Amino acid sequence: MLGYVIRRILAVIPVMAIVAVFVFLLLRLTPGDPAAIIAGDSATPAQLERIRESLGLADPLHIQFVTWMGQLLQGDLGTSIISNQPVTRLIGQRIWPTLQIGTLTILLSVLIAVPLGVLAAWRHRTWIDYAVMTFSVLGFSIPVFVIGYLFIKLFAIDLRWLPVQGYTSPSQDLQGFLSRAVLPCLTLATIYIALIARMTRASLLEVLGEDYVRTARAKGVKEHIVLFRHALRNAAVPIMTIIGTGFALLISGVVVTESVFNIPGIGRLTVDAILARDYPVIQAMILLTSAIYVFVNLLIDLSYTLFDPRIRY
Amino acid sequence: MAAHPQPTSAMQVVLGAIQLPRNWRLGFGPILAAIVLVLIVIATASAYLYVPHNPMSMDALQRLKGPSETYWLGTDPYGRDLFSRVMVGGQVSLLIGIGAAIVSVIIGLLIGLVSGFFRLADAIIMRIMDALMAIPSILLAIALVALNGPSIWSVIFAITIPEIPRVVRLVRSVVLSAREEPYVEAAIALGSSMPKILWKHLMPNTLAPLIVQGTYICASAILTEAILSFLGAGVSTEIPTWGNIMAEGRLFFQIKPELIFWPGLMLSLCILSINLLGDTARDLLDPRLKKREA
Repeated sequence: MLGYVIRRILAVIPVMAIVAVFVFLLLRLTPGDPAAIIAGDSATPAQLERIRESLGLADPLHIQFVTWMGQLLQGDLGTSIISNQPVTRLIGQRIWPTLQIGTLTILLSVLIAVPLGVLAAWRHRTWIDYAVMTFSVLGFSIPVFVIGYLFIKLFAIDLRWLPVQGYTSPSQDLQGFLSRAVLPCLTLATIYIALIARMTRASLLEVLGEDYVRTARAKGVKEHIVLFRHALRNAAVPIMTIIGTGFALLISGVVVTESVFNIPGIGRLTVDAILARDYPVIQAMILLTSAIYVFVNLLIDLSYTLFDPRIRY
Repeated sequence: MAAHPQPTSAMQVVLGAIQLPRNWRLGFGPILAAIVLVLIVIATASAYLYVPHNPMSMDALQRLKGPSETYWLGTDPYGRDLFSRVMVGGQVSLLIGIGAAIVSVIIGLLIGLVSGFFRLADAIIMRIMDALMAIPSILLAIALVALNGPSIWSVIFAITIPEIPRVVRLVRSVVLSAREEPYVEAAIALGSSMPKILWKHLMPNTLAPLIVQGTYICASAILTEAILSFLGAGVSTEIPTWGNIMAEGRLFFQIKPELIFWPGLMLSLCILSINLLGDTARDLLDPRLKKREA
């Protein structure tokens, strides 16, 4: 077991290393002068020179790579071209709203999606099942920002139940935070719920046909215990896997949702960086989100044994 | 599994893969989806023949007008006709969706064939694909567009790159199981050239799952185009696309939500029908998957 954990953790290193190489080459292999691409058409020669300097573009490629990797390993993600601040500081200032909204969304999604999927599988081929499946297909087909604006129109503008946009820190005003977090969380959660509910349903349907479920029912175990203790636990591994791979959807959803709802998180930071062509920030965000994605999936891989003791490594 | 009969043409393979379940019949959903999709494709492709206004011509006096007889869905913040823009905008969105699906399937197929057949190449290719899959696709696409400029081809390229690993994995898994088949072993024993084995004996097996995967990629590419445009990292704003129209409608959302909802509705209908058709194609072409989901 310990051996497996160590091997699994070590397996993260090559993946992240290739991601880093990839991000490094992305800028350097693009045809044309990278400094000119970043600075845009209206840049003066002095600006170009400054960008070339700050990215070390004058050196040969392998020296650039060694310098770049060295800085990366020391936690230096570069300097923003626009604000001239270290990217790590920018991210540090903006990460809290994103973490709060993200955590709430994951909790909300799992709490809604898993029971929904269980219900759909339990009432297979009834209107409940069809309703869940329809919702799931719709969730995949509507762009996340359209969902966001639909919610704003309905709940904030027409019904006036909630504020339209904005963000309040929970440490200052918990109620204000929650009322502003409801819509972004629901928006972000839609596609995630669609994904998890679909997988829960499929995975549970497979398990519900097993002998031990029939046995449990035959000996008179209460139905909710059959569903949640006997069936769900055995169906947990694919559900955990989809929660992990779906995390990528959540990350791209954050970027969109934060600009729809005007939340000053790292998603907004990314969008501002796109509009200002602040390439070092975009680059750092790719590295950061990939690292988060890889880390979340590592945790999920390691947690399989908790859900299914039969899995031994 | 029974040995695959030696396929002769690609079409035959795809048709041969269709094994109708005993009591299968075409449901109401897929028929409706096909009709909706055909209508959308015809309506957008022929848009220039019937739209009442030039989708690009601005008129400062007609800004943000409501629906009227001249402007069926009203006008946008620059006084352009929303109906004309939505219909014409579909052209580029669909082009990007289909383009991204074709390009990623072709590139993924080539890499996947090599990866599935050559052990050494496989180890390297799969590590690269793992890393590529770890990068959230929207962010990768954003970076690619930021570097390559906002042209249609650059957006197709940006959407394609993150999709390739998924195609590679699919092709590789099919090749891995097909290469153990007797006819492939026979071809190797007879000394057929490697490209011939890959292309004539292994590639046809991948076609059915690739068609299914291609439809899903098409749907997700149209969605990604809209998100990229919305974030300001899509096709140049001079070209109307569903994403661009919605992106421009953002600032005026509280005054005129139709600017987002009409293109959003077209886009969602389009993606919904492509997804439903993809599910149907999967049920037809890959009955094993059906069993697991149903």
